[in-house]
Amino acid sequence: MKAQLILENGMVFEGRAFGYLKEAIGEVVFNTGMTGYQEILTDPSYYGQMVVMTYPLVGNYGINLDDMESYKAHVKGFIVREKCDYPNNFRCELTLDGYLKAQKIIGLEGIDTRSLTKVIRDHGTMRGIISVRELTPSQIKLKIDSFVNQHAVSEVTTKEIYEIEGDELHIAMVDFGVKQNIIREFKKRNCKITVFPAFSTSEEILNVNPDAVFLSNGPADPKDLPSVIENIKKMVGVKPITGICLGHQLLCLALGGNTGKLKFGHHGSNHPVKDLISNRVYITSQNHNYHAETLPQGAVVTHRHLNDQTIAGMYAKDLNIYSVQFHPEACPGPTDTEHIFDEMINVMYGKELEVCQEI
Amino acid sequence: MPRDLSIKKVLIIGSGPIVIGQAAEFDYSGTQACQAIKEEGIEVVLVNSNPATIMTDKEIADKIYIEPLTSEFLEKVIAKERPDSLLAGVGGQTGLNLAVELHDKGILEKYNVRVIGTQISAIKEGEDREGFRALMNRINQPVIESKTVESVEEAVLFARKIGYPAVVRPAYTLGGTGGGIAETEEELREICASGLHLSRVHQVLIEKCIKGWKEIEYEVMRDQYGTVITVCNMENIDPVGIHTGDSIVVAPSQTLSDKEYQMLRRASLDIISACDIRGGCNVQIALHPDSFEYAIIEINPRVSRSSALASKATGYPIARVSAKIALGYGLDEIENAVTGKTFACFEPTLDYVVVKIPKWPFDKFYTAKRTLGTKMMATGEIMAIGNNFESAFLKGLRSLEIGQFSFEHKKLAECSLDELKERVVTADDERIFALAEMLRRYYRKEQVCKMTGMDIFFVEKFKWIVEQEEHLKTLEFEDLTPRYLRKLKKRGFSDKAISGFIGVDEDDVRELRQKWNILPVYKMVDTCGGEFEAQTPYYYSTYDFEDEVVVSDKEKVIVMGSGPIRIGQGIEFDYCSVHAIMALKKRGIETIIINNNPETVSTDFNTSDKLYFEPLTDEDVYHIILKEKPKGVILQFGGQTAIKLAKFCDKMNIPVLGTQPTQVDAAEDREKFDAILEKLNIKRPKGKAIWAVEEGLQIAKELEYPVLVRPSYVLGGQGMEITFEEEQLKRYLVNAFERDPENPILIDRYLMGREIEVDALCDGKNILIPGIMEHLERAGIHSGDSTTLYPSVNISSDMKNKIIECTELIAKELEVMGMINIQYIEYKKELYIIEVNPRSSRTVPYISKVTNVPIIDLATRVMLGETLSDLGYGTGLYPEPKDFFAVKVPVFSTEKLPQVEVSLGPEMKSTGEVLGVGATIEEALYKGFIAAGKKMPNNAGTIFATIQKYDQEEFLEIATRFAKLGYKFVATEGTAKKLETIGVSAKVVGKQSEGSNEILDIIRSGEVDLLVNTPTKGNDATRDGFKIRRHAIESSVQIVTSLDTLGAMADIAEKGLGVSQVEIYNMCEI
Repeated sequence: MKAQLILENGMVFEGRAFGYLKEAIGEVVFNTGMTGYQEILTDPSYYGQMVVMTYPLVGNYGINLDDMESYKAHVKGFIVREKCDYPNNFRCELTLDGYLKAQKIIGLEGIDTRSLTKVIRDHGTMRGIISVRELTPSQIKLKIDSFVNQHAVSEVTTKEIYEIEGDELHIAMVDFGVKQNIIREFKKRNCKITVFPAFSTSEEILNVNPDAVFLSNGPADPKDLPSVIENIKKMVGVKPITGICLGHQLLCLALGGNTGKLKFGHHGSNHPVKDLISNRVYITSQNHNYHAETLPQGAVVTHRHLNDQTIAGMYAKDLNIYSVQFHPEACPGPTDTEHIFDEMINVMYGKELEVCQEI
Repeated sequence: MPRDLSIKKVLIIGSGPIVIGQAAEFDYSGTQACQAIKEEGIEVVLVNSNPATIMTDKEIADKIYIEPLTSEFLEKVIAKERPDSLLAGVGGQTGLNLAVELHDKGILEKYNVRVIGTQISAIKEGEDREGFRALMNRINQPVIESKTVESVEEAVLFARKIGYPAVVRPAYTLGGTGGGIAETEEELREICASGLHLSRVHQVLIEKCIKGWKEIEYEVMRDQYGTVITVCNMENIDPVGIHTGDSIVVAPSQTLSDKEYQMLRRASLDIISACDIRGGCNVQIALHPDSFEYAIIEINPRVSRSSALASKATGYPIARVSAKIALGYGLDEIENAVTGKTFACFEPTLDYVVVKIPKWPFDKFYTAKRTLGTKMMATGEIMAIGNNFESAFLKGLRSLEIGQFSFEHKKLAECSLDELKERVVTADDERIFALAEMLRRYYRKEQVCKMTGMDIFFVEKFKWIVEQEEHLKTLEFEDLTPRYLRKLKKRGFSDKAISGFIGVDEDDVRELRQKWNILPVYKMVDTCGGEFEAQTPYYYSTYDFEDEVVVSDKEKVIVMGSGPIRIGQGIEFDYCSVHAIMALKKRGIETIIINNNPETVSTDFNTSDKLYFEPLTDEDVYHIILKEKPKGVILQFGGQTAIKLAKFCDKMNIPVLGTQPTQVDAAEDREKFDAILEKLNIKRPKGKAIWAVEEGLQIAKELEYPVLVRPSYVLGGQGMEITFEEEQLKRYLVNAFERDPENPILIDRYLMGREIEVDALCDGKNILIPGIMEHLERAGIHSGDSTTLYPSVNISSDMKNKIIECTELIAKELEVMGMINIQYIEYKKELYIIEVNPRSSRTVPYISKVTNVPIIDLATRVMLGETLSDLGYGTGLYPEPKDFFAVKVPVFSTEKLPQVEVSLGPEMKSTGEVLGVGATIEEALYKGFIAAGKKMPNNAGTIFATIQKYDQEEFLEIATRFAKLGYKFVATEGTAKKLETIGVSAKVVGKQSEGSNEILDIIRSGEVDLLVNTPTKGNDATRDGFKIRRHAIESSVQIVTSLDTLGAMADIAEKGLGVSQVEIYNMCEI
């Protein structure tokens, strides 16, 4: 079925719809990963966004039930040059098309994704509509203006507190849309995890007497979460706190730093980050539109993004706070920074951050 | 960290002549490495025996030694130049092995040379099977169950344990030479014996067969500070079992999920970290198709064919970055010259699909056993880029220049399903077409996958292409819709294929497309998927929305490249293309190159102002020409590949610089050319086309024996034979007409004279001959396979004048503007012409280097309108040196190709060449022979001779000279008797055809140092001579099949030349 992507600047890309054939509105971002579309679809941080894959062939190995990063797909729309109709992999259980249908998400294929990517690169992230029928300019304007993503976190966070058994470190994890692999990584290290809804109060969190607090990844602008920031402030200094992505940005704001919006964000599996303590460069998985722009006093930069020199990690020694902007849990992307979890656990035990030696 | 400032003078070892398994990719990587080091102000000393390379150009290194690649010669260079460092990993396996040898012999220590980049200990750990296995066990990386053995019996015992089929891999050989898969114990014994023999360390690895697993490669980089990145991963469409050099490869991998991709990526990076690699490395992995089980196959701790492919596929210059790492830089300090925005620690991401297809030499070696396996047989490869798999694949097929513009192979359409199945299961060079033909006949996809181990993902794509082809066959031209046509074009279908299936002219489809505005656009290869604005002028075509090419208003010229490396069209033509680009650039003209060979310097991102990575077909180049509107295109430097485009350029009124297409045609059309010779009163060997045996015998009588016979419909000397008597000719003709009664046979008088070759420049008024070359071997041996001498030794000044005169007449008559190559025969003081090529030839790099005449630069300027007399190199024959000789010696890969004829003849067989330079002709010949890997027998060596009757007189003369020096002889009865007549005794061995195995045994025993065998008839695997020659080559015994070569060896032996008696020469000072 013919469909089009209409950007807020008026540009139109014509292609064919697949998946669930219902109009959708969202923020259009591109991801440069060559694999990992399933993890991208199910990453709650993408809530409210339509993702364009720069790699042209998507869906080649289908969808399986093991690689889900959350219980459902969160993107508003999925844009590819070519979806694969005959996927194959020993774990392939569904086709991309079938999965999107089931998840009620529209897909768009057959457009010049490179051209679209360059538009976003040059103009910055934009809102867009994937539509299967003709729209008038006023309809387009109305629809685009009506799109907001301020309540994204409340859409993806857990509704209830739940616990994951473990024998060692007890982590209170605040779920802003946590990726499953973060939980798996802590579990692998035998941590006990109590997962809290995003808007739990500090009292509720501290009440379980955790050893430390972990702030998860999640969608949208950290500045849309003032109550959460206030809440974090109350825990600073009380317990060691670590965070990833949105969690990192929230920590930055809670400590008095500032965050800003990137022109088109970082979304991909090939982002070089320099560990300023070990002086080694790691390739990381990244997915964010916002970033810690200025650090609070008392915090030092531990990691720097080498493409644009933005801050990719911070450490406040006196407060036992350590957080990173990138995704050490990978999924999708390289597992090169898996050691960050060990470093975080050390910090959460109240130890000083040390360079983690790898083979 | 800044670079290591104690590095002041670096020795780089090249990879030597082009052979199967080691081709132009090392000129590309070596050139890049030299430039990367030189630009840091470090002195570069280069040693490479291959003159047909850009890396041996004066601009690339500070000191250039075109000398044999042996540790003895390298020690001479080290002693003279005293470099402080050696970069080991850019000269392929040859360079790596030599570095290890120099280290092991203590030469590096003696002269205080340290190895920069990946260290010797790491190289050994990566290359030595046992050491590597121990390391993998240590870091918990799975390897295939295997054992290194040093005897056949040991191999058999181990194979019984792991079961058959078992794989045999010799240690330290090129392209897996000598390996194979053994299905039975008998086969194991055979493969193992040959593998042990070929291995430098006399070891082979026996391993569990994992045929059918996915074969995945990762190109990875590491700096000495521990930063590791992946440049690219690649998936072989042909699974494990077929050498990756013989596999169709796609980048990036298509069928791996992120979990699998990251698992193997991580494994690769862990391995190079554990090995302490400093630079680039290739990791080959087998992945079970139905689980996460994997096994590391091997690593190559150096730049490689795969790394060249990865560099071209991603735009990431691996060799350049490796060289910078060796100087001490970290990956985060090396700028990515492609984007100019990112650093070398950025992992490339692709937004297109790349397909590599090998180019095999079986069109030339039609008797060869074509079965693909663990030994590489391809001479070259092509790469194609598209934004879907089908388009990259179909572009790839037509880039191969095998006459395929679609997926339908006419010859295979006549095969039965059984025959097709056989070819798909055993896998040969045409397997992919056989597979397509099966799908065309509705053979089940699933079963095809089962038989081949291919992932159904790919087979589905193949099936789709086949279905469209079949659908097209049912269409009338009027049935084509814009939508369907655009769809096909998006998927890479050529106009030729579409028109062919519908049954209309190619022009009709093109015109229809133009009417409907279905035209390609060009996308950029930028390493980053469009995330950053990039500088790279590197493009591929798609049928898409946005065109990214910015056409400047500058004056521009398009140079057509030469496509994949094959027998007869090698790296020399890439050399010419690159030099043409440099000449144009110097004159401020914007340069554009179109080529599809990923191994070359011409397709490096900074060679030309713009690079289009596209097939070299009429259609594909036409759209680029339309877009760029160049002042002209240059066809003279891209070999036959580019010249073939002349007709089309003429038809479409595309301006061609230099010699015009009509004149090209006049030179290539036998009849037109004969008329020209007649007019100019220039002789050529008499000849005639005949249609019947009797007629042939009659003509031969008139011409006088010996005569040269060949079928009229084949090119390149295929099926050509020299016959000495009526009976022989009769046999040939009867056979030939039986096979094909429809076409005539050409009979030419065979002049057993001296062959002379000339490359000349012509501006319409004057000519310049940079050098007249003399062939060591008499006429009858293909010029590409002859040892070539410059300056000539035996050509009189009268004859030289005649040659100059003739060359001038022909060049002017053909209105040559630029280059011409002419081959002559001097016979009984008369000059005959045998071949004219209105283009640059394979001897141009050689003669440019040894005369210091920048031939391509001059030719390009002539094409642009300058005149020779203004160019500073005079006209006529360029002065010849008095005390300097340079000899070009061909190099063969026949040991890698089962069942291929070894003896020299009218069909070209060599894959590469080396240069020997010296103050005397003997010194030059000696070094040329050594460089070509010819083992010169020591004094008192043993020569085994079987000589055909027409050659015996001449042989005796040479034999006497060897006998005087103390050589011993072994011979078959006839030859032995002849030797006796001159007082030379020979050990007699029985003939093979008489039921004796003595000959083969004595060859295998190592008792013989040199086999002299002049063949009666080539290409017949059932004959004794053929068997003896194959046996010798497979046992690494030196073979000489031309008495002229033997004579030259006698000259050298008489002079008593050895390594210590010869000098080395810096080519920059010659």
